[in-house]
Amino acid sequence: MNPIAVADKALFEIPPLDYSAIAPILILLGVAVVSVLVEAFAPKRARRPIQLVLVFGALIAAFVDVVTLSGLRTITASGSIAIDGPALVMQGAILILAALGAMLMAERLVDPSGDAFAARASALPGSEDEKQFTARGYFQTEVWPLFLFSVAGMLLFVAASDLLLMFVALEVMSLPLYLLVGMARRRRLLSQEASLKYFLLGAFSSAFFLYGSALIYGFAGSVNFGWIADAVSGKTGQNALLLIGVAMILVGLLFKIAAVPFHQWTPDAYQGAPTAVTAFMSTTVKIAAFGALLRVLYVAFGGLRLDWAPMMWIVAILTMVVGSVIAVTQSDIKRMLAYSSVAQAGFIMVGVIATSAAGLSSVLFYLIAYGFTTIGAFAVISIVRDSSGEATHLSKWSGLGKKSPVTATVVALFMLSFAGIPLTSGFIGKFGVFAAAIDSGATWLVIVAVVASVVSAFFYARVIVIMFFSEPNENTASVVVPSAFTTIVIAAGATVTVVLGILPQPLLDLVNNAGLFLR
Amino acid sequence: MSPLVLSSATLQEVTPATGVFSLIALLIGLPLLGAAVLLLGGRRTNKWGPYLGVLTVGTSAVIAIVMLVKLMALPSESRAIGESLYSWVFAGGFQVDLAFQLDQLSMVFVLLITIVGTLIHIYSLGYMSHDKDKRKFFGYLNLFVAAMLILVLANNFLLLYVGWEGVGLASYLLIGFWQFKPSAAAAAKKAFVINRVGDVGLSLAIMLMFVTFGSVTFSDVFGSASQASEGTLTAIGLLLLLAACGKSAQFPLQAWLLDAMEGPTPVSALIHAATMVTAGVYLIARSNAIFDRAVWAATAVIIVGLITIFMGATIGSAKDDIKKSLAGSTMSQIGYMVLAVGLGPIGYVFAIFHLLTHGVFKAGLFLGAGSVMHGMNDNVNMRRYGALRGAMGITFVTFMAGYLAIIGIPPFAGYWSKDSIVHAAFEKSTLIGVLTIIAAGITGFYMTRMVAMTFFGKARWEDDAHPHESPKVMTIPLIILAIGSTFLGLALLFWGNIKTWLEPVLGLTEAETALPELAIIIITLSVVIIGAIIGWVMYARRAVPIEAPRGSWLTRAARQDLYGDAVNDALVVRPSYHLARVLNWFDSRAVDGFVNGTAAFVGGASGRMRKYQSGFARSYALSMVGGAVIVVLALVLVRL
Repeated sequence: MNPIAVADKALFEIPPLDYSAIAPILILLGVAVVSVLVEAFAPKRARRPIQLVLVFGALIAAFVDVVTLSGLRTITASGSIAIDGPALVMQGAILILAALGAMLMAERLVDPSGDAFAARASALPGSEDEKQFTARGYFQTEVWPLFLFSVAGMLLFVAASDLLLMFVALEVMSLPLYLLVGMARRRRLLSQEASLKYFLLGAFSSAFFLYGSALIYGFAGSVNFGWIADAVSGKTGQNALLLIGVAMILVGLLFKIAAVPFHQWTPDAYQGAPTAVTAFMSTTVKIAAFGALLRVLYVAFGGLRLDWAPMMWIVAILTMVVGSVIAVTQSDIKRMLAYSSVAQAGFIMVGVIATSAAGLSSVLFYLIAYGFTTIGAFAVISIVRDSSGEATHLSKWSGLGKKSPVTATVVALFMLSFAGIPLTSGFIGKFGVFAAAIDSGATWLVIVAVVASVVSAFFYARVIVIMFFSEPNENTASVVVPSAFTTIVIAAGATVTVVLGILPQPLLDLVNNAGLFLR
Repeated sequence: MSPLVLSSATLQEVTPATGVFSLIALLIGLPLLGAAVLLLGGRRTNKWGPYLGVLTVGTSAVIAIVMLVKLMALPSESRAIGESLYSWVFAGGFQVDLAFQLDQLSMVFVLLITIVGTLIHIYSLGYMSHDKDKRKFFGYLNLFVAAMLILVLANNFLLLYVGWEGVGLASYLLIGFWQFKPSAAAAAKKAFVINRVGDVGLSLAIMLMFVTFGSVTFSDVFGSASQASEGTLTAIGLLLLLAACGKSAQFPLQAWLLDAMEGPTPVSALIHAATMVTAGVYLIARSNAIFDRAVWAATAVIIVGLITIFMGATIGSAKDDIKKSLAGSTMSQIGYMVLAVGLGPIGYVFAIFHLLTHGVFKAGLFLGAGSVMHGMNDNVNMRRYGALRGAMGITFVTFMAGYLAIIGIPPFAGYWSKDSIVHAAFEKSTLIGVLTIIAAGITGFYMTRMVAMTFFGKARWEDDAHPHESPKVMTIPLIILAIGSTFLGLALLFWGNIKTWLEPVLGLTEAETALPELAIIIITLSVVIIGAIIGWVMYARRAVPIEAPRGSWLTRAARQDLYGDAVNDALVVRPSYHLARVLNWFDSRAVDGFVNGTAAFVGGASGRMRKYQSGFARSYALSMVGGAVIVVLALVLVRL
């Protein structure tokens, strides 16, 4: 079909939509709208219970729907949305991790002054208003509609098969996150600064993405991935438009996965955001952004592999090395995990570069394994506290192994998994992406990756050493007893980390059976 | 020694598990679950924990018996059942499944482990009733049973290795169970360390198998054994023998077994007499396809077996500690089994036969010794026993059943199995046959000595000793084991057809002997009876002094475990120590220097890079622009 002709004819027609295929996204968007209405009309006391029912109900309904769709492979909305195996796997993973993230956000026992969010986001930090609101025990529930919109954006992001729709999904996903980052109850200035930086740089990267999309439209005459791929293989159009367009689009996506040199928002945002939000976005956004990156590279620009591979090599190496090396000197555990997530993004890119079925499935496995470990790690961070709130400085973790052996052991498990030690999910994940990359001939890249993972093992092990081989002192933080919400998240993270390390076969089968992207 | 015509076992077809056989995982899972509940459950399980331990193993025993019945109903060529749980290790071309194989050989082991295990669990209810940590004890026992079942049910060497290490761990924990006694803690450590030496052999053997055959599953290794060179097979065989020596306390790795008697007596009965120490015999018998083609390795097995038979018998004759004397006897009897597996297809079946009867009567003897100790304030010195037959009647009668079995008086169990081994030894060579007969005579001597010093003669009790019979929970297992000691040999040989049962797995050939069969039987029996009479005259007719006399040089050496520790020290400890010192020097200078240098470099680089994280959004944006330029250039330059 000629794209120009389609543009002429279908300008004002509603595209045919397979509502059942996109039902999970529609459920979340619909409930998000209801959730906004609840904020407007429900009495103050009733809002939290209603919102929690709505949020978890929507997540569960969407997840059940994804499961029932599991055999579906279809392209709908005039080729703009591809509901295929990888998309469904990622949507399912995003929904589970989002549910765990929501549990952390709903936690009210760990902070003596309430939950993790500012009583009124609009009140100036340190102002009289803020004190009043806090003293009166105000809570805000506006985070829930924001959360739901963001999750809906992610589900769309991994299924979008069209540059414009992908951009819309990117913004639906990101805008609520910018706000959520700035809503911490404690250390609000830090939180707001992080939020603003994240927003500015995010807007900047979106501009790159949009500009790239325009250039690609100029090259291919369409923003649809299928047509772009045809244009690329047909070698019609101008190469300069194509190459610069690809570069611009990739800048936008590499920003979202926090690849070097587009990573600088990560440590600030991870540290400044409420830990529950960090846990949520560091896992789900990573999956969503890698999903989009994979789809763009494999579907739209698969024919250009020889062109983008060298650039991806450079970025992957930079990402692994810089992330690992800078993490070595971090003294704040949230910042350390931020750089660790940068390094991990580099490791995942190694699997992306493989450009094979094995590469795709190993990346999916890695993302899921990493997601559960990360959300568990941040959940633990949220319960290690002292009088000033979360004790994120590593010096406050010394001797935690003697003071709270169970918590410290769980943290050690997560660190070992990040470092890729056998019998944890991290090992299987790293093994999968490295093996896929070697199969596709990227042996040198894997060698760099292994060296970087050795460096990264150093700072992960350091946390264990600090916890278990130093004596507790008066600065050592204590572990508060959380409600069932946080406990479930930590238990789920630890269980999945161990189970995927020992019995990975079911998930490997799942990601292998997911098949390839549709075009 | 003329090389025999070896008709080894043909490899059996493995049929997938159906029906009751799909419960193989449950067979192992139950005791494993018991161990998990007892060890993780903490003090909450104190009250009902021991009963749970008995229940899990007992249920496994019932499942095992049902499996036996079903297996017997199958035609003999389809009695190998396979069950694969999931792919466990996959790395490059190396794949190992968590898969089990139940065949005739595994089946008899499973029965021995679960049934004797159940009896010993029940006995322990009484024996350990006053111990405040008995929950932990039953947890460890359950762990042992699970690991031992993994060992004998694995269908590949790697999983077997898991079980092998598992029983080693359980053995370590149980020997050191009374760790408040420094001697127990030291004994546990010794057992652990010496076993490591053997384990190195097993792990090297597994690696060599993988290099040679590209797989470590039994079917692949044994199926393609004929294609490997004899040198490789000999190396694998010798490494497996080293492993067997460690686990089965064979020369030169025997020294730990005597110290292991520091553990509670049920442990000595279950682990250090009936089951774990026979794992080495299982390993060699299972690997018959390798030993059949490696003559030198098989000869080494025979030599190790012979040396250990005599070492164990000598130690058994000299020790005054009833448990250590029994431990020496165990070494010696396992020596018989190792000798028999070394004989090749003429001996495999009889090794396993003796292993089964020994497992039952030696467990009975150990539990009997435990019952005696229970009544004598935990005194183990036989010089302070005497005339106990009146005070503890049931223990006496059951002990006598075990005694008659071990020295090999017909129709008791040991007669049939030991006679088979002696006969097989004669088939191989008259010299080996004669040696086994002499050892049988020594067995008659030391066992008579033990019985005479314990149950006959005059009472030499300590003043505060009030010997009494043990409670029913202890005597009933004794009675059951005594019945086994009496009839098991007959039952296995004539009713169970042990020879045709095991033949598909192990192979069986018979050869001519220099002496007629009846002559061998008569000579053996007479030598045994002469040994027993000497023992009777020396220890029942004459008074036994409370203080041990100085004794001959051999007695003194035997009391020192034949200087096993000194040998270990010279062969293993000191060389390892010096090697460790050299390695430590290398490690601290060369390796640490390199590592620390690298760490300093990375740290420095990290500090410098960190400065670029300035916190200003404008510089971040600038770096993004720079990155975008790199990305564009990288894409465009590739095209040029």
